[in-house]
Amino acid sequence: MRLSRRARGLLRFGVGVGMAFIYLPLLVIFIYAFNSSKILKWPPPGWTFEWFSKAFESESVRESLLTSVEAGAAATAIALLLGTLAAIAVARHRFFGRETVSFLVILPIALPGIVTGVALSNTFTQVLGISLSLLTVIVGHATFCIVVIYNNVVARLRRTSGSFEEASADLGASTWQTFRFVTFPSMKTALAAGALLAFALSFDEIIVTTFTIGAGEETLPIWIFRNLFRPKELPIVDAVAVIVILISIVPVYLAHRLSQESGGIAAGKGGGAAEVAEVTAAP
Amino acid sequence: MRRRKAHPARTAWLIVGGLVAFMLVLAGCGSSSSSSSSSSSSSGEGGEGLQKLGKSEGELNLISWAGYVEPEWAKPFEVKTGCKVNDKTAGTSDEMVDLMKTGQYDGVSASGNATARLVAAGEVEPVNVALVPNYKTVFPDLKNQPYNTFEGVNYGIPHGRGANLLMWNPDAVKSAPTSWDVTMDPKVAAQYKGKISQYDDPMSIAEAAVYLKFHEPSLEIENPYELNEEQFEAAVGLLKEQQPNVGEYWAEAAKQIQAFGSGDDEIGTTWQYQYFALQEEGVPVAASPASQGFLPKEGATGWSDTWMISSKAKHPNCMYMWMNYIISPQANAEVAEYFGEAPAQSLACDKTKNKNFCTEYHADNPAFWKRVYYWETPLAECGNGEEDCMDYNAWVKAWTEIKG
Amino acid sequence: MTTEGVVSKRPARRRFAGLFHGRPRLQVAALLAGPSAWLVVLYLGSLVVLLITAFWTVDALSGEVIQGFSFENIEALLNEPVYRTIVWRTVRTAILVTLTDAVIAFPIAFYMAKVASRRGKALLVIAVLMPLWSSYLVKVLAWRTMLSQDGVINWALNPLGLHGPGYGLTAVWLVLSYLWLPYMILPIYAGLERIPDSLISASEDLGAAPFTTFRRVIFPLAFPAVVAGSIFTFSLTLGDFITVRLVSNSQFIGTVIASSITNDLPFAAALALVPIVVMIAYLAVARKLGAFEHV
Repeated sequence: MRLSRRARGLLRFGVGVGMAFIYLPLLVIFIYAFNSSKILKWPPPGWTFEWFSKAFESESVRESLLTSVEAGAAATAIALLLGTLAAIAVARHRFFGRETVSFLVILPIALPGIVTGVALSNTFTQVLGISLSLLTVIVGHATFCIVVIYNNVVARLRRTSGSFEEASADLGASTWQTFRFVTFPSMKTALAAGALLAFALSFDEIIVTTFTIGAGEETLPIWIFRNLFRPKELPIVDAVAVIVILISIVPVYLAHRLSQESGGIAAGKGGGAAEVAEVTAAP
Repeated sequence: MRRRKAHPARTAWLIVGGLVAFMLVLAGCGSSSSSSSSSSSSSGEGGEGLQKLGKSEGELNLISWAGYVEPEWAKPFEVKTGCKVNDKTAGTSDEMVDLMKTGQYDGVSASGNATARLVAAGEVEPVNVALVPNYKTVFPDLKNQPYNTFEGVNYGIPHGRGANLLMWNPDAVKSAPTSWDVTMDPKVAAQYKGKISQYDDPMSIAEAAVYLKFHEPSLEIENPYELNEEQFEAAVGLLKEQQPNVGEYWAEAAKQIQAFGSGDDEIGTTWQYQYFALQEEGVPVAASPASQGFLPKEGATGWSDTWMISSKAKHPNCMYMWMNYIISPQANAEVAEYFGEAPAQSLACDKTKNKNFCTEYHADNPAFWKRVYYWETPLAECGNGEEDCMDYNAWVKAWTEIKG
Repeated sequence: MTTEGVVSKRPARRRFAGLFHGRPRLQVAALLAGPSAWLVVLYLGSLVVLLITAFWTVDALSGEVIQGFSFENIEALLNEPVYRTIVWRTVRTAILVTLTDAVIAFPIAFYMAKVASRRGKALLVIAVLMPLWSSYLVKVLAWRTMLSQDGVINWALNPLGLHGPGYGLTAVWLVLSYLWLPYMILPIYAGLERIPDSLISASEDLGAAPFTTFRRVIFPLAFPAVVAGSIFTFSLTLGDFITVRLVSNSQFIGTVIASSITNDLPFAAALALVPIVVMIAYLAVARKLGAFEHV
């Protein structure tokens, strides 16, 4: 777009302010991870690597990280299956109640997490008589992760024509063969991008988790939450956060690459939002 | 970005897989496998609790107040009994009751405003004190109290007791306060507007009632947990007037520590735990000296905590071992000094590092405890046979209204 | 492995797949069986149970749920002025946060989609995505320390004779706007990306000033994406209770649900109906705006 120098300058200024707003708090986390006092004062009175070594030594950090990875992987697997099935149904078939499916898939993410959490834990404990555990967390996470996979796959299927599948069927391929050799290859990158997002969503989730987690279990966010209220180890929380941020650069870059592959639609946790709009409204 | 893209999807999956594997390895190394032996509880035998102490189940899930289960004394317990301790700290009694309802914990360090509720809900079962040898030497005035004994049946092992403190920052509060009026009297409290720290719990209503009991004798408040409508409205009214002066309501100890540490709050109700933690960090804080029992002139609310065993305990033997251990002279002395409370075990007084500890904390001075009003669960029926007191639900709803 | 190979090795699968061949209804039913079992039976079912729970009561002493039918909770919700205050405070904050995010997000998204070079665009997308992967809790903690009396904000402002907002509603507004900003940037960016550059060129060639092009062409086309983003910012604010507790004394719908769930589950359930009703109304309005069809 053609813009005057002034307009361009103003826009740049806006972007700069926005980015500063996004990054200054992350910088503060980074600084406090090296601060020597247990009480987070500004400016920090001294510097130390103590919190990093404590974080690496801490068994509870490792255990909760493992739990988070388990929960994220399991929730993503369920979401991959259910989201793909629903997406194929909606994108490739016409049937009564098609819009309702889209609406249903979106509902768990459009309703606040506290509603999902309270509703599920209420059903588990009061109705089904299941005691809360890591399994109930996985069920909760999978519920709101379905939408991420669904959106990615629906968007991809809308862009690829159904005529390939028809051709495959006309040439005598079975339904399974058509899926295996035609449909699936065309959605591979969409699935990978979706899986990454679903995993990330689950990995940082705290509200649904709070209401659905069992006594002995601890995901990383829950570990952080509990340690926020343990004054003796507060800065460890910052050190762990820095480690997680550094590790997350890989999936972020990857998600971006994949989303470019899948046609320039922004990925990320909110990346499905535009699709949400599209899908909610699709008549 | 003009790069050779070989097989972006495959590369992506490889990296995802690698990443997950990496994190699994990172997380996996050193994580010990927890043995999940499950012996069914002995609930349903009626009235008497466990009859015979069996072998350690290898694990113990506790709910506690911050500072009650610390590695210093939990580790030796693990070594001695083979029970791995999983501790969850709770910020309020409500949270403790709720956590106990999950049925996933073996025991809880319940305060008096939780015990009656836990018993009524059937979440805890009677304790057979014959299996807790150290119980014999617990201070007599902690035994058979209304908050740990119900209809003559013992439901818990006393842990320790103390008063809630008035803490202030001496840089901001020049003359040491001797009365709760600095937070409760709207005129006096106004000078600390936005700097008052108040416990975020309906029990704060009792704190206001303690203040009114002293200053408004016409209300005839006897027990700050047994309030009729008029007394209750007066206490709630006082807290509504306090609300604009409050800097922060704290439910978690760490929130208050941060607020005092960074100068956001300067005066308010606290527990010994935060007071000592702040002192240790070199933050200027003061409270009425221990020699006066930390008490302002009106007296104070306080707690007398009780270890209770869940009726659904999966590790009852470990829980009994814990209850006996935590009131053993050495462990009870450690936890009491760490937290800053009077120990329940009379023999603990010989084991404290500070030899005057028990005297300073009035551990063996029953007269002193008359001015401390232990947390209780407010009930509609409060002693006179009529249901004219405000029950706990009313307290909870009022607390929501007070905060606005 | 060739196609034939697969077929000859898997006759049973082929027969099974053949069942669906030319039977679209059966295909749809098979595809939707799993997702609908999960979302309808489990999720919608749970919401319905929640609705029913709202009409139950609890025993005052034990906190045990009594499964009777009573309007007690709904009445308390409607009649006690404090709950109206809390609901209105929450909704007002959600609106403010949404507007703030839209205002900050639009220029960034616009720059990313239509102005930046390819390289700059890639960098910006990654820069916006990064904070989404760092812990929500740690970000809130960072804000709590920044906003404190001795925090970095006052440290920076005091020499200028200014004072930061401290803890309170302003802090909640600031922190929630911060946390949800990427959820607004990304959909707007995606929406703007889909506007063909040729459309903008056409407007310019026809003599429209840049602002006119923005007002008459770009904004109307991007508006549905803004609405899509607002679903996230609005809903996330409605349900938050951790940030609210950490940077203010205010009560929001979320904080009251979280604190009453411990001893009065039915009342918490009744209260949870409020965000459900508000969000469903919001989604309905978002749909009615009619702009969605053009995304």
